[in-house]
Amino acid sequence: MKIRDAVLCLWRLFARPSVHFGLGFLTLGGFIAGVVFWGGFNTALEATNKEAFCISCHEMRDNPYEELKQTIHFTNRSGVRASCPDCHVPHQWTDKIARKMQASKEVWGKIFGTIDTREKFLDKRRELAEHEWARLKNNNSLECRNCHSADSMDITKQNPRAAKMHETYLFTGQNTCIDCHKGIAHHLPDMQGIEPGWNMKTSAK
Amino acid sequence: MKTRFLIAALALLAGVPALTIGVATGVVAADKPIATATGTGTVGGIKVPSANHPITTDVPAEATHRDITDDQKRVRNYADQPPLIPHAIRDYQIDLNINKCLTCHDRRNTAGSQAPMLSVTHFQDRDGQTLGTVAARRYFCTQCHVPQTDAQPIVPNSFQDFDSVLGHAQGGQK
Repeated sequence: MKIRDAVLCLWRLFARPSVHFGLGFLTLGGFIAGVVFWGGFNTALEATNKEAFCISCHEMRDNPYEELKQTIHFTNRSGVRASCPDCHVPHQWTDKIARKMQASKEVWGKIFGTIDTREKFLDKRRELAEHEWARLKNNNSLECRNCHSADSMDITKQNPRAAKMHETYLFTGQNTCIDCHKGIAHHLPDMQGIEPGWNMKTSAK
Repeated sequence: MKTRFLIAALALLAGVPALTIGVATGVVAADKPIATATGTGTVGGIKVPSANHPITTDVPAEATHRDITDDQKRVRNYADQPPLIPHAIRDYQIDLNINKCLTCHDRRNTAGSQAPMLSVTHFQDRDGQTLGTVAARRYFCTQCHVPQTDAQPIVPNSFQDFDSVLGHAQGGQK
């Protein structure tokens, strides 16, 4: 009953016209407060969307980040590199929020130490990898395509083998990036029962 | 308060001789060979060459060589030579979890990948039993098969293949 009273009291406060404050003050104050809150929210969101944030936990720093450092997505001739959120967080705002809400489960995992040792991480790697494969399969490898556009791909510059594969599987829409390019930034889990993309009979998405 | 200043002043005074000795002997002695870099120096009455010794010179590292990734098969220098890998294999994982090479070169995957199938000799285990797939002892591809770079041999090589030695090679040099 106490909670109900409190809610009722709050409701009455908000439903009643203001007695002491002017309309101008309330409008302007509301506007400024809105800017501050929205700005603060987005700043906090961006702060959690940085590699430094990801590797502030030892789980990420010692496992996936160490593996990433050896790959072409970290070090290469042109010096362009992908950071964690480039591949793991959608760039569009609504998708990003949806992903962030999903990621609250990862906070749970952190608190309860789901992968807080190397052994636990390795045991769980297949499951974690499958989540990412499924996500990229469902959004047609959106995060890959943020940088690698099929339209901008000049297959005459690729070696014939790669060109043929892309012509056969990518341009026809039969497969999506992740079907063939698994484990390009991290080590692979036990791949028992997982067919490479060029053996798949199903079409992408 | 006053005693504290006194102690500090005494400590400083005691430190001064040590400092000056350090500057006069240690540092100057170390500087000496550099000062006479072209001739010989004298350390403790013994003549030592003071020019740069090879062991102390920094030799710039050679540039790394580029991988050959042109997808062209190379002729084997002898019949048993493991064929070379004509493509990039950076980050190829070969371990208990997966053999990246076999995702293309395994018998089951060659239709999709159009890669050459690994030789059936690789199906034989050490007891001569032919298995249904690659034998454990042949699992680690890069133990024998290696990619090439454009590096030139440091030492010239006068290797001649079998046909050249016998002199009946078609188009081979005698």
